[in-house]
Amino acid sequence: MDGFLQIRSATKMYRTPEGGSIRALDDVTLHIRSNELISLLGPSGCGKTTLLKCIAGFEDLDHGDITLTGQSLTRIPAHRRPFNTVFQNYALFPHLTVERNVAYGLDVAHVERKERTRRVGEALEQVGLAGFGARMPNQLSGGQQQRVAVARSLVLKPKVLLLDEPLSALDRKMRESMQIELKSLQHSVGITFIFVTHDQEEALSMSDRVAVLASGKVQQLASPKEIYDEPQNEFVANFVGTSNIFKGKVIAKEGRTLTLKTANGRELAVASDRFGVGDDACAVLRPEHLKLSGEARDRAIKGTVTQSVFVGSEMHLHVDVGLGRTAVVRHRHNKGSTEAAYGPGADVTLYYTPEAAHVIECKGA
Amino acid sequence: MAETGATASRNRRTLILLLAPLTILLGVFFLIPLGIMVVYSFLEPGLYGGVEWNWYPYNYGRLIGWPLNDYEVFDPIYLKIFLNSLQIALMTVAGTLLLSYPAAFWVASMKGPRKSLVLFLVALPFFANMLVRIYAWLLLLRPTGFLSTLLESTGLIIEPLDLLFTNFSVIVGMVYVLTPFMFLPIYANVEKLDYSLVRASRDLGATNVQTLWRIILPLTAPGIIGGSVIVFIPALGNFIVPSLLGGSKVQMTGNLIERSFLQSRDWPFGAALALLIMAFVVVLFSLQFSRQSKSEGQGTR
Repeated sequence: MDGFLQIRSATKMYRTPEGGSIRALDDVTLHIRSNELISLLGPSGCGKTTLLKCIAGFEDLDHGDITLTGQSLTRIPAHRRPFNTVFQNYALFPHLTVERNVAYGLDVAHVERKERTRRVGEALEQVGLAGFGARMPNQLSGGQQQRVAVARSLVLKPKVLLLDEPLSALDRKMRESMQIELKSLQHSVGITFIFVTHDQEEALSMSDRVAVLASGKVQQLASPKEIYDEPQNEFVANFVGTSNIFKGKVIAKEGRTLTLKTANGRELAVASDRFGVGDDACAVLRPEHLKLSGEARDRAIKGTVTQSVFVGSEMHLHVDVGLGRTAVVRHRHNKGSTEAAYGPGADVTLYYTPEAAHVIECKGA
Repeated sequence: MAETGATASRNRRTLILLLAPLTILLGVFFLIPLGIMVVYSFLEPGLYGGVEWNWYPYNYGRLIGWPLNDYEVFDPIYLKIFLNSLQIALMTVAGTLLLSYPAAFWVASMKGPRKSLVLFLVALPFFANMLVRIYAWLLLLRPTGFLSTLLESTGLIIEPLDLLFTNFSVIVGMVYVLTPFMFLPIYANVEKLDYSLVRASRDLGATNVQTLWRIILPLTAPGIIGGSVIVFIPALGNFIVPSLLGGSKVQMTGNLIERSFLQSRDWPFGAALALLIMAFVVVLFSLQFSRQSKSEGQGTR
């Protein structure tokens, strides 16, 4: 086990104005590796920002412990932790030039001038802003301000860079290019990036590992592929990507193939190593695993289209399959083909392979 | 093209109409009297008030202490009084600043109705007559007053303490009267201070003291400067506070002006004194403005 940055049963309560208390962090245990880009992914209010603040030292834990290579950080104040933060709104000092902003951390540490100049130049170069040193922050675009914020942190050579939804203020195109840039920057500087985001696509595309958080708890910690293909529970399945989740009871098991019977009596064949006859289970089928045409070994479900949404590269069909929930299907259409066949009211047959389904436990099925 | 021209001229006419009342008011009741003052300051004082229409530059001579006749010697008493006024005004600025700056942060951190209440309390003294409020300090500071009695009863002092009619009592009164003028601009500035900048500074390794010097003070400087200017100017010309709390021992230029006009009826000298204060303030202001526009120019370069 790599014991780089360990968070052990971290708990943090907040008082609500009404006098109650909210568990922002509820017994969170996370082991973060050195030199990885890990995302803390979750909806707003899930505790991801609180966790980041606790790591940075802006908040204290009520219970639990954070250690860096075995040393507890509890008594170390924010300004003495070897971590730096890139804030959501960048928090650049508006009265200082880009150069003075980047030099700030070195200034307050009384780093000698020659070295300071060299390191500031290096950091600005790293983020592609060489020559922008004399500008004021308000003369820069959002993406450039973002880079200054990153440079300002990296110049201090932190052990961990904390990024608090750093891309949320940028437009989509800019965001995508910054994602790639941050990822390659992380590779080249070789330090741990902890990246807080509510954007699952961002988390999946950038991270080495993703920790999905909800209601103060870690729901799953795994590689992006694993998070997507094998979500541990309903929350993860729903939050990351689009999922068709069908609840049912296992009524038969034959090898790896389970037969799931849903509440309204329809049957669904899925493959899983876990579960036995009589268990409640949920089948997760990603929209791309449901096809409108199939091969001989595929299973079929009949349904009726309730809605079809054109999104450019594909059609999203909402199909009532009589399993309690509408299924979402992605249909890659060909230019010139008639799409009328998939308009609302059309009867369709959906095909899937039992192997494509991922089976999870159902909460209160 | 013609249409836009017509619109422009109509806009111009509207602007002139809108600005006319203020322009007339300032012209008639400020610029003309100011001109009269300038003219009077170069005229000979009349025997029973008013002026004699003779060229008489000696008002300014007297101001800097030049002897007016053979019986007098060079005595810069009026400049000394002006310097004392300056000192009192600067101390007043310092006092109001020390009180207001931390208070602004405190109030800015408050929430909801509490904050509104405190801001209302700051404005509350304006509702009571200033004379009454200053007179109250007279009762507090005199030897048989509250402060002296209190200190005596605790045994800290043995003899009654006479705080009245000193620079100190005048400064106390001025600070008391002018604090809201310092507080409000600073508060407006502190209120919009982005707290994430403070966090960023801490995150980058700055101590609290470094954060205060390098981030908080520079960013709240406009409020500090604004508040200082609008406290300094009335403090320099004030005559109510020094005449009540300073008595005959503490003279400020404001008292001199008041006495020149109302008691010794030497209008030209009073006008010269008033212009001295005004010139001083104008110079100060223009220095500040040129500094400000320079730093703004840097920001948009």
